[in-house]
Amino acid sequence: MGELASLRTPRGIFATVILGLCAFMPVLAPALDEPFYITVFARIMIWAIAAVSLNLILGYGGMVSFGHACYLGIGGYVVGIMAFHGVTNGFIQWPLALLASGLAALVFGAICLRTRGVYFIMITLAFAQMIYYLSISVEKYGSDDGLTIDFRSEFGGLIDLEERTVIYYVIFFCLVGSLYLVHRVVNSRFGMVVRGSKSNDARMHAIGHPTYRYRLACFVIAGMICGLAGILQANLEKFVSPDMMYWPRSGELIFMVVLGGMGTLFGPVAGALVFLLLADTLSGFTEHWHIIFGPFLILVVLFVHGGIDGLLGRREAAGG
Amino acid sequence: MSWVFFTEQFLNGFQLGILLFLLAAGLTLVFGIMDLVNLAHGSLYMMGAFFCAQFYDWTDSFLFAIVLAVPATFLLGILVEVVTLRTLYTRNHLDQVLATFGLILIFNEIVLLVWPLEGLSMPVPTYLLGSVNLLFGIEYPIYRLLIILVGLAVAVALYFLVGRTRMGMLIRAGASNRRMLGALGIDVKRLYTLVFGLGALLAGLGGMMMAPILSASSGMGESVLILAFVVIVIGGIGSIRGAFIGAIIAGVIDTMGRSFLDVFLLLFLPANAAEAAGPALSSMLIYVLMAAVLTFRPQGLFPAKTG
Amino acid sequence: MKSKIILLATAAAMMAGPALAAEKIKIGFVTTLSKGPVVIGKDMQNSVELALDHIGRKMAGKDVEVVYGDDKFNPQDGKQETERLLQRDKVDIIAGYIWSNVLLASWPVARDAGKIMISSNAGPSQLAGKGCHKNFFNISWQNDQTPMALGELLNRQGVKSLYIIAPNYAAGKNMVSGVERTFKGKVVGKDMTKWPAQKEWAAELTKVKAANPEGVFVFYPGGHGPAFVKEFTLAGLNGKIPLYSVYTLDSISLPLFQKANMNGVMGTVMTQQWVPDLDNEQNKRFVADFKKKHGKYPSFYGSQAYDTIFFIKDAVEAVNGDMSNIDGLRARMQDTQFKSVRGKFKMGANHFPVQDFWSRKVVADADGNWTTSAGEVVLKDHQDVYAKDCKM
Repeated sequence: MGELASLRTPRGIFATVILGLCAFMPVLAPALDEPFYITVFARIMIWAIAAVSLNLILGYGGMVSFGHACYLGIGGYVVGIMAFHGVTNGFIQWPLALLASGLAALVFGAICLRTRGVYFIMITLAFAQMIYYLSISVEKYGSDDGLTIDFRSEFGGLIDLEERTVIYYVIFFCLVGSLYLVHRVVNSRFGMVVRGSKSNDARMHAIGHPTYRYRLACFVIAGMICGLAGILQANLEKFVSPDMMYWPRSGELIFMVVLGGMGTLFGPVAGALVFLLLADTLSGFTEHWHIIFGPFLILVVLFVHGGIDGLLGRREAAGG
Repeated sequence: MSWVFFTEQFLNGFQLGILLFLLAAGLTLVFGIMDLVNLAHGSLYMMGAFFCAQFYDWTDSFLFAIVLAVPATFLLGILVEVVTLRTLYTRNHLDQVLATFGLILIFNEIVLLVWPLEGLSMPVPTYLLGSVNLLFGIEYPIYRLLIILVGLAVAVALYFLVGRTRMGMLIRAGASNRRMLGALGIDVKRLYTLVFGLGALLAGLGGMMMAPILSASSGMGESVLILAFVVIVIGGIGSIRGAFIGAIIAGVIDTMGRSFLDVFLLLFLPANAAEAAGPALSSMLIYVLMAAVLTFRPQGLFPAKTG
Repeated sequence: MKSKIILLATAAAMMAGPALAAEKIKIGFVTTLSKGPVVIGKDMQNSVELALDHIGRKMAGKDVEVVYGDDKFNPQDGKQETERLLQRDKVDIIAGYIWSNVLLASWPVARDAGKIMISSNAGPSQLAGKGCHKNFFNISWQNDQTPMALGELLNRQGVKSLYIIAPNYAAGKNMVSGVERTFKGKVVGKDMTKWPAQKEWAAELTKVKAANPEGVFVFYPGGHGPAFVKEFTLAGLNGKIPLYSVYTLDSISLPLFQKANMNGVMGTVMTQQWVPDLDNEQNKRFVADFKKKHGKYPSFYGSQAYDTIFFIKDAVEAVNGDMSNIDGLRARMQDTQFKSVRGKFKMGANHFPVQDFWSRKVVADADGNWTTSAGEVVLKDHQDVYAKDCKM
């Protein structure tokens, strides 16, 4: 509970500043005559949702998925394919997309969770690559050209996503909702078991917890939250393409989580923000921005323990 | 479809497997012994290719280029280890992944800055062009045969190095108990540096063998890196034997898929469906293989003993 | 980078005198500059800069500024750059785009902003047929056209049986269906390979050897081209089976071939809408000055980028530099009079060019550098097949 209660700690202030920045961007950006940044922040928040979902399994559960972007693609493609066939009703699109990403996570997770360590990393990659090549092969839905979505999801006139501010705040509330959900999951008894099995699976199992089932449930929840990010991305960009789930995207998600601080609630949000803004800013200065970005990543790893979160001072032992 | 065709395709697969082995061997050594996940392994492959093409440009001899490029990649590996990776051994895998990803970005950019944007190309030496007649009318390109021979020689050499020499003994001992070695007065640091250099050399050698065919270009290491990881995971991490068998299986299955899957699918699918499904399936085949192996053997085919 | 400095300088100038700034014509140009095939993006950027030099960086008497956007070889970043150029840099016209997926993701941004977009390379069927739009122009070709010309060339050369190898992605499939549309002989085999990971064709080439066709058709853009041709040589097929290609042997890959002593590609034929030695003033000046400045031949990507600037200039001068007159700009673009490096140029009703396609052959020029030389016109005044579905 520490993080939400103690808003006066550096960590609390940092989280408030970031969320506040996101919350007021639609007002802030036009005031600074930079309305372009509204969409940039919407995009960053979507990546943040995906990173938050990955953090649930990676940071808290120790399950390093190297195929997490595939749920982004599944969520997005369900929206895209339904729109392609003329079904634009969000009340149908969204639950189906969530269901599809959840089901995929259930099937993949059931197989992947039998393995550990690097084997787990690689088998999650294998499934993501299968979905990726599948999406490239289906010519009907655009192959690697991608699929253009003409209309964003419709909610019977209740919410108009075509409105820039509306879709922005829908994304914002999804981000806040995901954070809250992860917070609740992690601090529940269920979450304790999953976190416990990260450090010692055998002991958790021995004291009578069905750790495999718990970890699988956790994997499915993460897959669905990431599917939600996919739904939002398809709606924001009005476009889906296999590139969404190519393995470098999964890698970038891992970097965001590690950069921000694994197993911390706001870490992934900060990680996504810094990773994307830094790449964007640096590439604005020079085409050879990788020559700065690369050493930056290495220096962060070498000298900052625990990512950006680690910069905010030492964590109290056994918090949570 | 004659058996000559079949044998040729098998050889093609074997050759692809051998190439994958050159990459996977170094990766699995570093991984198994130092417990280091090195994403920049593909970059060392790329640097091997660039060194080879550059030295060829200066010397006009493929042989000299190899002779110079091999120590160059070895030294580069040592440099990378001493400057950055040395401090990462005690870190968790994710820190290593992030830092070595940083290295990939740096290497790709250096290559773009130093060499022409379109990359460097070099010829296949004329004495290696053409085909030889193997038994029973099987014609096989000499250069591909050379890759097979080099790979087999490396496999045998590694087998002896790890299994029969003092250094190999230390390597095996270091893999199972790092502290013990130190207590015995062995300079573990230097041992690790040497092993990393050896891994870099092997990756570089793979790049050198491919440089005359592919030409060296920025980013050429990434797709190969993923394949190398697939191979060591199929084979079982840390095991040279596993890497060899995993590489050959992956190479042969991939090639056989590309050779026969379309014909095979025609047996029970209509022509246009088979035409669409064939390429999709053969792209996925290697990942399906890995998922299948790990489903039944979560530690790979030949898991190395864990300490 | 240079343009960024200019941009900063002009930003300062803008603060000094806003009236002056409004006189500027701003063009956005999205291409690949920092990830993936940077060499293509650079070639286009160099050609744009050369075109600007040639017009004295002025259109209709006003200063021209080109702001570049880097798509980082992926659709999402490409779209973000498009938004940045339109919303932040407030460009009047946006152009560039090498890749179909980047173009398709970015186009709605320009459409919704009511701006004119010009594709300097990508020509997906989606925007040529039902999805055509009054504000979208393509100045290169529609994907199917070049391979259709090649199929026709194969017929003329009397090729009866063909083996096809191409990557398994959208453009690869377009190329294959293009050839199949015009080729009258028999396709004896077809392999669609994993893209972009697969750079090894031993299995496919062994199949070619077994099928023994009268010709092999390939499409491998970028770095894959030289690798394929080299393996083709290794397999001993060079000289035995003629190799036909589109977008595979170009000014970017030919120096690599030459350095690798691959004499086998000499005399190889392909089709294209532009050839470096086309005999017209505009082209001679472009190729000669590009060679002088960069020490190599421009690629077809570059030729299209160069044309883009002159295409825009023609329209801007028709409206006397009044960039708010979108209708006027569009009307002139539909009926463009610009001097193309291709010689004649006509815009079709669906805003894709109606143009000639040449056969071209790999040769060595007077200095011994490898390049391509124009042969005959294979398809005359050719319009893409999707144009009939376009209702504007």
